[in-house]
Amino acid sequence: MEATADRLAEQKYSFDVVRWFTIMAVVYLVVGATVGVYIASELAWPFLNFDTPYISFGRLRPLHTNAVIFAFGGCVLMGTAFYTVQRTCGVKLWSEKLAWYTFWGWNLVIVLAVLTLPLGLTQSKEYAELEWPIDILIAAVWLAFTFNFIMTIAIRKTSHIYVSNWFFLGMMIMIVYLHVVNSLAIPVGLFKSYSLFSGVQDAMIQWWWGHNAVGFYLTAGFLGIMYYFVPKQANRPVYSYRLSVIHFWALMFGYVWLGAHHLQYTALPDWTGSLGAAVSLAMIIPSWGGAVNGMMTLSGAWDKLRTDYVLRFLIIALAFYAMSTFEGPVMSLKTVNALSHYTDWTIGHVHSGALGWVAGISIGAIYHLMTRLWHTEMWSESLVNVHFWTATIGTVIYVVAMWVSGIMQGLMWRAYDEYGTLAYTFVESVAAMHPYYAMRAVGGGIFLLGAIIMLFNILMTVRKSALQGSLREARGTLTPAAA
Amino acid sequence: MSDSNNASNGLQAWLERNIWGLVIALAIVLSVGGIVEIVPLFYLKGTEEATRFPQIVWDKAGKEPIVAVTYEHDAKGKIKRDEAGDPVVVEMKENWVAGDGVRPYTALELAGRDVYQREGCYLCHSQMVRPFRDERERYGHYSLASESMFDHPFQWGSKRTGPDLARVGGKYSDQWQRQHLTNPRSVVPESVMPSYPWLAKREISAKRMQRHMRGLRAIGVPYSDADIEAADGLLAGKTEMDATIAYLQVLGTMAKLEPGVDYRQ
Repeated sequence: MEATADRLAEQKYSFDVVRWFTIMAVVYLVVGATVGVYIASELAWPFLNFDTPYISFGRLRPLHTNAVIFAFGGCVLMGTAFYTVQRTCGVKLWSEKLAWYTFWGWNLVIVLAVLTLPLGLTQSKEYAELEWPIDILIAAVWLAFTFNFIMTIAIRKTSHIYVSNWFFLGMMIMIVYLHVVNSLAIPVGLFKSYSLFSGVQDAMIQWWWGHNAVGFYLTAGFLGIMYYFVPKQANRPVYSYRLSVIHFWALMFGYVWLGAHHLQYTALPDWTGSLGAAVSLAMIIPSWGGAVNGMMTLSGAWDKLRTDYVLRFLIIALAFYAMSTFEGPVMSLKTVNALSHYTDWTIGHVHSGALGWVAGISIGAIYHLMTRLWHTEMWSESLVNVHFWTATIGTVIYVVAMWVSGIMQGLMWRAYDEYGTLAYTFVESVAAMHPYYAMRAVGGGIFLLGAIIMLFNILMTVRKSALQGSLREARGTLTPAAA
Repeated sequence: MSDSNNASNGLQAWLERNIWGLVIALAIVLSVGGIVEIVPLFYLKGTEEATRFPQIVWDKAGKEPIVAVTYEHDAKGKIKRDEAGDPVVVEMKENWVAGDGVRPYTALELAGRDVYQREGCYLCHSQMVRPFRDERERYGHYSLASESMFDHPFQWGSKRTGPDLARVGGKYSDQWQRQHLTNPRSVVPESVMPSYPWLAKREISAKRMQRHMRGLRAIGVPYSDADIEAADGLLAGKTEMDATIAYLQVLGTMAKLEPGVDYRQ
């Protein structure tokens, strides 16, 4: 019985910290998406900057990216990693104290980000904007998270380390490399520093970080989630073990090389960009290996998609994953990149990955966790369904708007008239973007609406669980008679 | 490879049972790509165009001040200051003119660059012209690696919500830039750029900029003592607006690039 198993797990493992990460993840999803919709609206209607430094686009955009990647994504990763590692290793966390330190430390990082970024305190390296004192705190928290995870595996009761944990582990180690190297800087004030590297070397290091924040933090980590939650939710074993081994090592080795494709045709030497593009193209195979492995886990049980909304989230996420990991290598090709680089196409690509894949798999995993961790059904199943459709439709509107505007920008910039002169001024391309920027804000708004519905639904579920006493009962603190 | 789809053998099986082995294997596998792509950029001679074309870098950087500022000193040898606390400047002499080659930023330009970073300008403006016909006609000569050799961090950007700024220096007047930064839509009606009226209200601290310059010198930017001393005079009475404009006006003007020369191999 699933319910009995969950009750036993409740008594055996440390789930309190997982519960907190889960709730905070949804809070940050709403916060991050709200900032996102606001800055999207600023680009469509610039009066929204209100001539106020703290909410101007350039200061809020890093807040948006940090909130969704590190606040939302981070809480999802930490919560699910702590949950998965306990359930697949058959032991309690190595240190519950260290796990709580990770929770409070990470949330402190997020609070500091919310305070410093609108003040303009930034290293101005994309997705690594936080200044050096916060970088040190991030490193300290991340190492605690990683060490606790490794030690929990070290004391495991099972003989083999489950595939989810390989992906989590790869992500953790790579982030240590990336964060430490890319954040090397000389402090010249409490909240001001200059990167140790300059020019072309700094550019390569930044995009080695930038692309692997995507490749490891937002891909490998979330594949770890996929490998636990898809089989669990579908109640079927992973489709192919061998495929998971191959695509794991290919991904670990290959993804690291991709950063250079962000610098095609720049002053980065040609060999580096071409190498990055070549490996990028090869990465379609391991990426699709993961997507196929996840989707085929449903083989023979596709009917579940008709009734199981959580599974729908997980599977649509894999579909977006497959699509954006095809799109990415295409965009890394020099001829395509010449058009797509510097345009909104990149933004569209990122969001098909971020909203479709990362948020999709996270939301599915969170709904799965809600019932397991609070030992009750969702407060409203139909709101989960509403969320599924708002998230999917919102994402599609967003991505389509950015594809159209991106390709249009690229074509307008390079267009020539019959006299052999540039057909458009730059600002004509800006003006042409307006309808798409408005459309993007609408798509993002629909996605945000879904996230708010989710937050409401999970809070009501927590309340329901508290009223029923189902968590206390699962912990065994209620007498059977009272239960 | 095992015959079974669901069992492992050999190294994989060992790694799946030994967490420390898995940690070490991952640490090695994950390090390769970064090492191969990044480390050579620090020593391969072709990376910086300046190795083949030394004239694109200012040869006097660090030896002579970019702007030599002579102050009036009091009897104790201290710089004399007026009622506002600004130093009394006897003479300012520019040792560098546009086209002399890539050099570090003056105190004023660096202050402008700090503003550029703080306001997140790099999120909408690239500073990297690619070698295409349309970009040449729109922005100018393609950018060289050596042109950003003193940029800690680089500001190449990744998005052009607004136009590239790598060669914006000298394209518009200071007055236009001031008007545009204060209210972009007053000069470009279709613009979606935020207004930055607060820049004109904030003064710059010379002490702070000297600290920033010493930090940059510690990581290899060739500033002479005289460059750092000059900050006092260069920044007297200047606002962040003046600094931002000074930074924008120097972008892309440092090196004189000849048409037809193949700077990249």
